[in-house]
Amino acid sequence: MLMKKGVILGVAGAVVAGTIAIAGGHGGNPAVKARKAHMQLYAHNLGILGGMAKGEADYDAGQAQAAADNLAMLATMKQMSYWPSGTSTDELGDETRALPAAWDPSNWDDLMAKSAAMTDAAAAMQAAAGSLEGVQASIGAVGGACGACHKVYRQPMN
Amino acid sequence: MRLVLKSIAVLAISGMAVFWWVTRPVTSDASVLAGLEPDLARGALVFHAGGCASCHAADGAEGDARFVMAGGRSFPSDFGTFYAPNISPDPDFGIGRWSTIDFYNALHHGVSPDGRHYFPAFPYTSYARATPEDIVSLHAFVMTLPATDAPNRPHDVGFPFSIRRSLGAWKWLFHDPEWVLEGDLSEEELRGRYLVEALGHCGECHTSRNVLGGLNYARWMAGAPNPTGSGNIPNVTPAKFDWSLSDTVEYFTSGFTPEYDTAGGHMADVIENLAQLPVEDRRAIALYLKRISPVE
Repeated sequence: MLMKKGVILGVAGAVVAGTIAIAGGHGGNPAVKARKAHMQLYAHNLGILGGMAKGEADYDAGQAQAAADNLAMLATMKQMSYWPSGTSTDELGDETRALPAAWDPSNWDDLMAKSAAMTDAAAAMQAAAGSLEGVQASIGAVGGACGACHKVYRQPMN
Repeated sequence: MRLVLKSIAVLAISGMAVFWWVTRPVTSDASVLAGLEPDLARGALVFHAGGCASCHAADGAEGDARFVMAGGRSFPSDFGTFYAPNISPDPDFGIGRWSTIDFYNALHHGVSPDGRHYFPAFPYTSYARATPEDIVSLHAFVMTLPATDAPNRPHDVGFPFSIRRSLGAWKWLFHDPEWVLEGDLSEEELRGRYLVEALGHCGECHTSRNVLGGLNYARWMAGAPNPTGSGNIPNVTPAKFDWSLSDTVEYFTSGFTPEYDTAGGHMADVIENLAQLPVEDRRAIALYLKRISPVE
């Protein structure tokens, strides 16, 4: 019995160690990967809403609401652990496009304001997603809120 | 010997005369604006399409502050650093004392009311293609904006461009208000051409320049190094830019790319302006981009 538990513990330990190895060793800083994944989730849900807004996909109230709900949830998630110090372009080069200005304490009020604007824009989309007109009228503000942060704190694409 | 010296003197004097002639600031008189009435709504549209706030609003200005034309933003270049001036209606620090023809001459000829050449960091090479009607309306609109007494900062440029008169030679070489895209264009494509080549001055960043800073028209809109940072301004000719019409219009409206990334850097400012235009205008720009020559 004791032997069995030992095996289980050993397996569990190996799995944990393996996971850490994958996260840490498979190229890249885990916090950078987390924030990129978060952005990817934004993009995926925006793609659903944007496709309908552009007329490339038929409007579907259920899908639109689900995507808008996800967006609103993503915009309220706590991101502190995504942005540890030492993870800007200064330290990580091409691995990230996050500019050091985002870690400058004098910019924190601005960052909080831009983050709040994103939360507001996503909430407005969530409230409006019940109609195609609502989606079309709300998506510009979401784009503006994304862009406001990218404009200042993200390095342009090479 | 005497004859040789005389010949040299004559050549030198005629050379100076030619230089003086070539580099003289050319302006128009008020008759070019005769009978034109300003339209404030049109002026607002020209203001956004022309991207005035992108350079003349203070750095980082948002919301209503983007209507305060305080200047001050810096524009580093190979020739030195330029600082956008105050173009608010303040009579002493801005352009409040300018007449409409002064304003026209600034935008159309790149010449100040006191007869000096402007540096082409101010994109009059593009604005020269704007109609007198639009310029008159823009002037009236700018005069409705808040005045500010922010002082101008002198440009920091080296010889020979520090001598304003030399800019006359630059204009003689490069200031050509002809249209870049010629041919059989639809009404929408013509509107797109006007927005891109005149008001939007898109070519100023999206087209590379020669060593003297003149636009390389053979590579019109085919991309260039980023003038204000690292990286490159992309090639938007059909050789490289293959977004659908609706994707392009969406980008100009919300800033979202087809992958739902967003515009960053200076293009984010441009999209804030484009989003103020009627959707037909954004569509016209997208249609124009499909018509320009593909350049690899």
